[in-house]
Amino acid sequence: MDALEIARWQFGITTVYHFMMVPLTIGLGLVVAVMQTAWHRTGNPEYLRMTKFWGKLFLINFIMGVATGIVQEFQFGMAWSEYSRFVGDVFGAPLALEALLAFFVESTFLGLWIFGWKQLKPGIHLACLWIAVIGSIFSAYFIIVANSWMQHPVGVEMIDGRPVMTDAWAVFTNNTALVAVPHTLFGALAVAGGFLLGIAWYHLWRRRRDGVDTVGADGKVIPGESADIPGRDRDDHKVWLRSLRIGAVVAMISFAGTALTGDLQGKLMFEQQPMKMAAAEAACHDGTGFSVLSIGNLGSQNCDDIVALIEVPGILSYLAKGDFTTEVQGVNSLLPQYKEAYGTHLPDNPIYGERAGQEIDYLPVMEVTYWGFRMMIGFGGLAALAALVALWITRKGTVPESRWLMRLAVFGILAPFGANAAGWIFTEMGRQPFVVAPNPDPSGIDQVFMFTAAAVSPGVSAGELLASLVTLTAVYAVLLVVEVKLLVKYIRGGVVSAMPELVHAPADENEDATPGSGGPGGGKPGDDVLAFAY
Amino acid sequence: MELLPTVWFIAIAVLWTGYLFLEGFDLGVGMLMKLFARNNTERRVLLNTIGPVWDGNEVWLLTAGGATFAAFPLWYASLFSALYLPLLVVLVALIFRAVAFEYRGKVDTDRWRARWDWAIALGSFFAAFGVGAALALTTTGLPLNANGDREGGPLAWFSGYAVLGGLAVVGFSLIHALAFLALKTDGDVRHRARTWFVRLLPVLLLPIAGWALSIQFLEGKPWTWALVLVAVAAAAAAWVWARRGAEGKAFSALGAFLALGSASIFAAVFPVVLPSTLNEAYDLTISNASSSDYTLGLMSIVAAFGLPLVIAYQAWTYWVFRRRVSAAHIPEAHSFLPAIAARAFTTKG
Repeated sequence: MDALEIARWQFGITTVYHFMMVPLTIGLGLVVAVMQTAWHRTGNPEYLRMTKFWGKLFLINFIMGVATGIVQEFQFGMAWSEYSRFVGDVFGAPLALEALLAFFVESTFLGLWIFGWKQLKPGIHLACLWIAVIGSIFSAYFIIVANSWMQHPVGVEMIDGRPVMTDAWAVFTNNTALVAVPHTLFGALAVAGGFLLGIAWYHLWRRRRDGVDTVGADGKVIPGESADIPGRDRDDHKVWLRSLRIGAVVAMISFAGTALTGDLQGKLMFEQQPMKMAAAEAACHDGTGFSVLSIGNLGSQNCDDIVALIEVPGILSYLAKGDFTTEVQGVNSLLPQYKEAYGTHLPDNPIYGERAGQEIDYLPVMEVTYWGFRMMIGFGGLAALAALVALWITRKGTVPESRWLMRLAVFGILAPFGANAAGWIFTEMGRQPFVVAPNPDPSGIDQVFMFTAAAVSPGVSAGELLASLVTLTAVYAVLLVVEVKLLVKYIRGGVVSAMPELVHAPADENEDATPGSGGPGGGKPGDDVLAFAY
Repeated sequence: MELLPTVWFIAIAVLWTGYLFLEGFDLGVGMLMKLFARNNTERRVLLNTIGPVWDGNEVWLLTAGGATFAAFPLWYASLFSALYLPLLVVLVALIFRAVAFEYRGKVDTDRWRARWDWAIALGSFFAAFGVGAALALTTTGLPLNANGDREGGPLAWFSGYAVLGGLAVVGFSLIHALAFLALKTDGDVRHRARTWFVRLLPVLLLPIAGWALSIQFLEGKPWTWALVLVAVAAAAAAWVWARRGAEGKAFSALGAFLALGSASIFAAVFPVVLPSTLNEAYDLTISNASSSDYTLGLMSIVAAFGLPLVIAYQAWTYWVFRRRVSAAHIPEAHSFLPAIAARAFTTKG
């Protein structure tokens, strides 16, 4: 592997990893804010418990997103200095604004929320969480504006060989971003939905297995209490059942949201990056059919090896244009167009290094685009279907005793994560060989593009890149183990793991705390220096 | 002189100074976890002084980096790629440090806490050292060619200035943290922090003074020399106030020392943002490294209202958590539920 390939692996690994934490942060943050709002308005103790329990898991995950996010901002300059020089005038602004207007808000107000349970009035404390959550949504917006400019450059003019921003409004309202932002947010909510559903199912199952909850003759649940374990009372049953239902509904709504916004994205992609669309389909020839199963050697980059076994006519046209008859161009028609527009060989320019003068392969790696596209839809759809089934199964207030169903629900948590990762891998790999894809719009800025081969830092050696790839991958692997272990520990502990006050004090003392009475929490009376302590 | 690039040079100087001022004490507190705290309770006192604020402080680094990317993309690209390995160390240090703050109390064993204490202390040390080295090198220069790329291999950045800058930020962070602890804690920690502060101030500020002075000898103008002198006076005032027990004044005076010292350095090197040690013609300056006026103008408008807002709500955070923390406030170890935990762990499923 040379420097370019190592740098690409590093960016891929660190970004996909970062984006395991990010959707859970965005999705779960929103859900926890809604839960705390419900507690604030009703004073029902189960909402407080839900806020505390899911809030604890949210924080364990949040910190990993923060820690891995710094790498993202630094590695543009470190590993992709030519890219940074080329796009800096337009791409740096959304990154800087993300830090200044979004991440500052998120970090500061989350600190206030974590530590401010007693120092702040309940309404203000709740507002801090909402402000942090809204900050995370703005953060997503700015980052996607930056990414969308790489998919669909707008609002610039080429001056001295570099794109210079001339129309900020166009950059910040790039239609690619306007559909990608809701798509990503729904994807994040899908992750949170699956997370709630799986974990709540596990706890309902454990209550049944331990004989705390039983089922009456009519099949309805009879919630019970367990005397020996604090916090495992009837409210506990409400916590899990309500969490499960919220999770299932969120999962279904967000799948519908990703489908609708994804459809809009497909139509833009057909105009803006036709080769990506063709590669998503492994569609060699022009046609209207959506491939359900194509076989052959997708990786051979040779269309003669691919056979579409099952095809649904008209669907591809629908995805691309909204009708059933438009012929969507396949790879064989597109390749000559790309070669004519953007050249057959990389220029003889030193920034291409050893790749200068090489022939350009305009076809993305089709194994990845074809299967990435299908995994995204498949995982997303399966999770939504499972959520619907889960709502039906739990309609009488609890889950069956089946251990297998419980395992399915718990491992199902991974499906929306998989859908998110597959979607991003598809869209970024589908953009290749460009790092900034050309905008084919006749508006006249279609010469704004950059090949990935020209983007890597010329002064950085393959050895340095390898050192960082190995280091970061190893660090991330270790931390993933730690994070998952901690999550599992807190999940198994249940609500009490996030509310030690349920153990230390008689349950009713704390449960009577209403939002108006200054908030709940343990600790000695009058000691409000540390409502929460590291 | 070009107006907008100058404005953004100042803005980036302000962002770095803000970063060193705010994260300075929490990096220092991190290092003091191993150097100063005597037992677990004291370590938790230290941690909880920065608990609500460290993450917000760290965003100053991201904003400084992002603003450099947006306003001076060529500076950002050359500096970050030339310092590839040291910045990798900074990243790993910041990752472990951030995770350690959150995870340290999540398992109630000495071994677990000891590991994360090391992560906090070493993470803080390497982050401070690496950032200091990078900042010093952007003032003294790197072996850059005409394209702005580093010549001479992965370690070509190494020089005495890298070490001096690293020690400068480590030393400043430590003394700043002692001033902060004297201000934010009570009881034994408070008194010891003040004693340490008075004893160590001259030593710990030596490297940062050395960096500021060497820049003056290289590039200084009369008025930047004057800034250094005022900065030294501020440090002396901090020392005197600390001896008298005026902790708030001592902390503020040390902050003034940082602001003045940092201003003296940035002002002396202006308008060069990153000199090339190979050829003066390859120097990156505010003119040849900056973004277009359109981009800088847009960023100026946003920053003009965004940055004061950030300062306002961060100040409010410090106000909310203004009370001193002492050992008496630290709750019992976050014992994680003996009853249910035991049960949850022994029963499979």
